[in-house]
Amino acid sequence: MREPRLLTAVRHLVLLLFVGIAVYPVLNVLSISLRPGNRLRSTDLSLIPDNATIASYVQLFTEQPFLTWLGNSLLVSVLVTLTGVVLASVGGYAFSRFRFVGREFSMLAILTTQMFPATMLLLPLYILIAKLHLVNTFIGLMIFYTATALPFCVWQMKGFYDTIPPSLEEAARIDGCSRFQAFRLVILPLALPGLVITALFSFMTAWSEYIVAAQVLQEREMFTLPLGLKSFQASMSTEWGLYAAASILVSIPVVIVFVSLSRYLVSGLTLGSVKE
Amino acid sequence: MSFLRLSDLDKVYPNGFRAVNQANLEIREGEFVVLVGPSGCGKTTTLRMIAGLEEISEGSIEIDGTVVNEMAPADRDIAMVFQNYALYPHMSNRENLAFGLKLRRMPKDEIERRITEAARSLSIEHLLDRRPRELSGGQRQRIALGRAIVRDPKVFLFDEPLSNLDAKLRVQMRTEIARLHKRLKTTMVYVTHDQVEAMTLGDRIVVMKDGVIQQVDSPMNLYDSPVNRFVAGFIGSPAMNFFEGSLVRGRFSCEGIACPADESLPEGPAVLGIRPEDLQVQPGGACLGEAELEVVEHMGHETMAYFRLGTQTGVARLSADFPGRPGEAVTLYARSSSWHFFAPGEGGARLLTEETKTTGNAEA
Repeated sequence: MREPRLLTAVRHLVLLLFVGIAVYPVLNVLSISLRPGNRLRSTDLSLIPDNATIASYVQLFTEQPFLTWLGNSLLVSVLVTLTGVVLASVGGYAFSRFRFVGREFSMLAILTTQMFPATMLLLPLYILIAKLHLVNTFIGLMIFYTATALPFCVWQMKGFYDTIPPSLEEAARIDGCSRFQAFRLVILPLALPGLVITALFSFMTAWSEYIVAAQVLQEREMFTLPLGLKSFQASMSTEWGLYAAASILVSIPVVIVFVSLSRYLVSGLTLGSVKE
Repeated sequence: MSFLRLSDLDKVYPNGFRAVNQANLEIREGEFVVLVGPSGCGKTTTLRMIAGLEEISEGSIEIDGTVVNEMAPADRDIAMVFQNYALYPHMSNRENLAFGLKLRRMPKDEIERRITEAARSLSIEHLLDRRPRELSGGQRQRIALGRAIVRDPKVFLFDEPLSNLDAKLRVQMRTEIARLHKRLKTTMVYVTHDQVEAMTLGDRIVVMKDGVIQQVDSPMNLYDSPVNRFVAGFIGSPAMNFFEGSLVRGRFSCEGIACPADESLPEGPAVLGIRPEDLQVQPGGACLGEAELEVVEHMGHETMAYFRLGTQTGVARLSADFPGRPGEAVTLYARSSSWHFFAPGEGGARLLTEETKTTGNAEA
């Protein structure tokens, strides 16, 4: 049955309104990044200003250590993602399949860590990292990120494994797999959507994080992108053109990752809601 | 010689629940043995212990002369068919069949040969290049059967393989499994809660209840001389009628029934068991007395008459042309040879006459 045309129109109008609200700030930043000089405010409402220039972008790559920051961010984010996915995939499996002493308690403990705001963990974790002499190192930052992202990832993967019938790996073990082979050849491929979500979550945690990075990293050469961005903002003047251009560039990788993984994301989020 | 032997097998879960209790069973090579019982009786746990998916608490399992207690499922040379098929969803059906063979590093042409042969015998050639999710339940179970057959294992294990199929398909697959056993002559252990499957498939049937093996026997022996009231009530459909009363000097009596019994039976409270098909309305055998019909079900080829005899109820399997209507009274007769007497209580043991003590039930 087709719905009345008026209803469709209203529905689309409301959706467009929300898209507008969501997209406006991004477009505004894009517009600022294309303005010549350092103009934050302008009476001009056009998206691409009359005298548009990519000078800010060029300056980022030529006069600023943007590429170094990009490299730093990629290094940290990719390593955090890898560690997160590997640890969460095996940890979640153990929680889902094995019954061991302390299982209930550990799961509850993992859940409990999610109740504290991340800022609260800042001080104790910083002291920990300082005592390990890991301040101003990427390793220190990665430990920080992995430690905060992992509990959620483990919990998430456990939920995924729970939706995979145990008889599948039992069949595999009878077919000749060792326990680990059954995990690798049968369970992991089926948990792919879960792995993708976990990877995405780990990546995002590391990629866009500012506060922790600001504590751990202290040299400008070591900065990750969010820190680099912030460094354009000084107490007296702010390089708005650079700031905006860098913001746009920082969000591009995330957009690419999201779009390319969206297929898994949707199937992942709906998995378990449908009876096989 | 026994091929698969369970000795004093126990399964106790960490919470103290005893799922299997002192199970002893010897299965000959090529035999088709069915484990049957109500849910929670330990039949599936027993099968899973044979498969190696469940740890053995006490006792031992031997396959072909080797104790396999500590052996991984992969090394036991068994194949299993699961209730939910357990096909690998991310592989094609051909890959599902090949999976176990590839793991065993079998040459490619040998894998191909086995798959072709199994596919032909199960008529699943046209399904091989599809994924399991594109198949119907019956087709999936055929693929699962195929996956077990290509392995050419020492023992086939079936865990309620037909209970997810609809009634018609179940009958069809049942005969197919029977045919498979005739052809392969491999040892098979089959778990089901359906006594019809048990009766039709098994060379021997193991009836279990609360983790304890009640009786191991051929289908006909199980039917004709059940060792206790539980087995008598479980095997046969509709179930055997039980009348509680007492035996005094060669007569069984309860409200509504008074009939002669073998004098060698022990005196005291007892339960009389008569199968519905051993009751008739034509005079002959022993007269049970006048019963009131409560429900009459015409099945086409036969009629089920549910009746009340005094305070007790029962069912008789009568001919299709039985004219009785609910509310009417009929006189019931029972063939005397088919009577069973049990000690009182739910699982009361069969009461033995001098004659049966020496013959039929020596094993029990």
